[in-house]
Amino acid sequence: MTSSKQALAHSASSADAAPGSQPGAARRAHGRGTPPPGPGSWRSRLYRWDMKASPYAFIAPFFIFFGAFGLVPLLYTAWYSLHNVQLSNLDQQTWVGLDNYENLLSSDFFWGALQNTFTIGVISTVPQLVMAIGIAHLLNYKLRGSTMWRVVMLTPYATSVAAATLVFVLLYSWDGGMINWLLHFVGVDPVNWRESTWGSQFAVSSIVIWRWTGYNALIYLAAMQAIPADLYESASLDGANRWQQFRHVTIPMLRPTILFTVVVSTIGATQLFGEPLLFGGVSGSKGGSEHQYQTLGLYMYDQGWIIGNLGKASAIAWTMFLILLIVAAVNLLITRRLRKSR
Amino acid sequence: MTTSELTPPQAQDEVARKSGRDGSGRRRLLGAGKQLHGGPVTYVVLAVLAFVSLAPLLWTVVASSRTNQRLAETPPPLWIGGNLFKNLQTAWEEGGLGTAMVNSTIVAGTITVGTVLFSTLAGFAFAKLRFRFSNTLLLLTIGTMMIPPQLAVVPLYLWMSELGWSNQLQTVILPTLVSAFGTFFMRQYLVQALPSELIEAARVDGASSLRIVWHVVFPAARPAMAVLGLLTFVMAWNDFLWPIIALNQQNPTVQVALNSLGTGYVPDQAVIMAGALLGTLPLLIAFLLFGKQIVGGIMQGAIKG
Repeated sequence: MTSSKQALAHSASSADAAPGSQPGAARRAHGRGTPPPGPGSWRSRLYRWDMKASPYAFIAPFFIFFGAFGLVPLLYTAWYSLHNVQLSNLDQQTWVGLDNYENLLSSDFFWGALQNTFTIGVISTVPQLVMAIGIAHLLNYKLRGSTMWRVVMLTPYATSVAAATLVFVLLYSWDGGMINWLLHFVGVDPVNWRESTWGSQFAVSSIVIWRWTGYNALIYLAAMQAIPADLYESASLDGANRWQQFRHVTIPMLRPTILFTVVVSTIGATQLFGEPLLFGGVSGSKGGSEHQYQTLGLYMYDQGWIIGNLGKASAIAWTMFLILLIVAAVNLLITRRLRKSR
Repeated sequence: MTTSELTPPQAQDEVARKSGRDGSGRRRLLGAGKQLHGGPVTYVVLAVLAFVSLAPLLWTVVASSRTNQRLAETPPPLWIGGNLFKNLQTAWEEGGLGTAMVNSTIVAGTITVGTVLFSTLAGFAFAKLRFRFSNTLLLLTIGTMMIPPQLAVVPLYLWMSELGWSNQLQTVILPTLVSAFGTFFMRQYLVQALPSELIEAARVDGASSLRIVWHVVFPAARPAMAVLGLLTFVMAWNDFLWPIIALNQQNPTVQVALNSLGTGYVPDQAVIMAGALLGTLPLLIAFLLFGKQIVGGIMQGAIKG
């Protein structure tokens, strides 16, 4: 930072000293062509140094901050995962090898959390993306107040995990909850959204779906607008109706975007944390009385900061990362397949 | 600033050409690609979906205006009651939302300024400057988006404790100050929106890199900087995982305060709803004012991403 400030000072003073420039006319001189510095002068050396170094100076903040707060911690997490690190006694860290991982793999709660993460991930991602494509298709029509519709669909995105979940907790409550009350009208018995496994997992998923469908719809809409109109024209000349056009033109053209959203949503689902935490209220970090909606993200928080075993929390974090990498690899394989089969 | 301004000029021309019309007017540009009109059914379906989007928020207002007792009764209240201001006041005082609002504003504001500034600088370098390894470094930047934040929290927590920074705002700010997405977003924008000739001309005039950044890059990037700023502010305001680990109830952000309202033993649901409403209000107001730009920003980030 200091060096760039000095460079700024240099350039400012050198501009002032430029031949023919008067105070106040510096801007005009700059626009009108101060002669390029001759070779060999200190100015030209400074200029060349500036050309070479400034790109690195401009990208440096990202790499410095990411390195310090992203990459180095990532490696340290692996290191801590091989240690016994207790929240109550941070100074004493003893080497335990793979104990934390063994402990993890033999824990029912870990496998439960893995399964819950998968189930909640699927029932939140699939409906979310299907609905988003539908909404994007509707928004792609010429509409009155098209911007207004888009803004409204995106509004849930502005709501935080915490605020949204608190509201949904009340909507889903057993007694006097809005959802059970509405179900009563269509003749369905009240559902215990907190205690039942599928009920609570559905409820947690619905919060994710509510918050992210509009966002994904806008991403699909952007991709739809990039589809050339002549594709639709020739399709309709071939006698394709709107549905056929949607199936045979829109969906194939959206394939890269769909893949992109699947990857992003999968990453999001793997990390799911805030919704189940707040949905559980007081027993939040356990993911319900029977751990029925404890996700991996929540399990890590529970082990690390509620139980206080930071070594084990690190092991969970790294396991999550490995799972993500496997998911990414599977995604890649599927894409290759799809591309080949076309 | 309109949404069409967010699209780089060349892209606009392309869209106009593709739509096969004169391309005048923003709605034509936005609606390009397909020119089908929405029928009554479209509007009805959209209205239902819009209601689903807004209903939980509208109902939060209703619930905030009632008593805890009334919220437990069936049927649930559907219209505003008389307790709104009382509940808001209780949430503000007992939930610590006053401090939380100030803290969140500081945190999200600083993160926004840092992210926009650093992303613009790096985005400019990646878009317009030639240097060794630029492609590799850009790929690396994008690749970092794959790394989940969970992987950093244990060491960060330990180090921040050692530094004596527990429960202080810089603990939340520093790790979030730069953004790979932001860098990529600015790069994609500047590739098209900033003519290379402008930079070359300034170079020929002997302008230093920082001069070019100040007089050429920043003005050209301003629309995208505004959008990135809005998106970053929303993200920073709503960030959950790290603030909850790094801060406690004594010095919370809004999300931490809401978490303690929800997972604590506060029995008053109406007050909790008032807290949720207060915590969302700043962003809802931002949405009313800048919704168009935020929508445009997400769509643009998506096209290029």
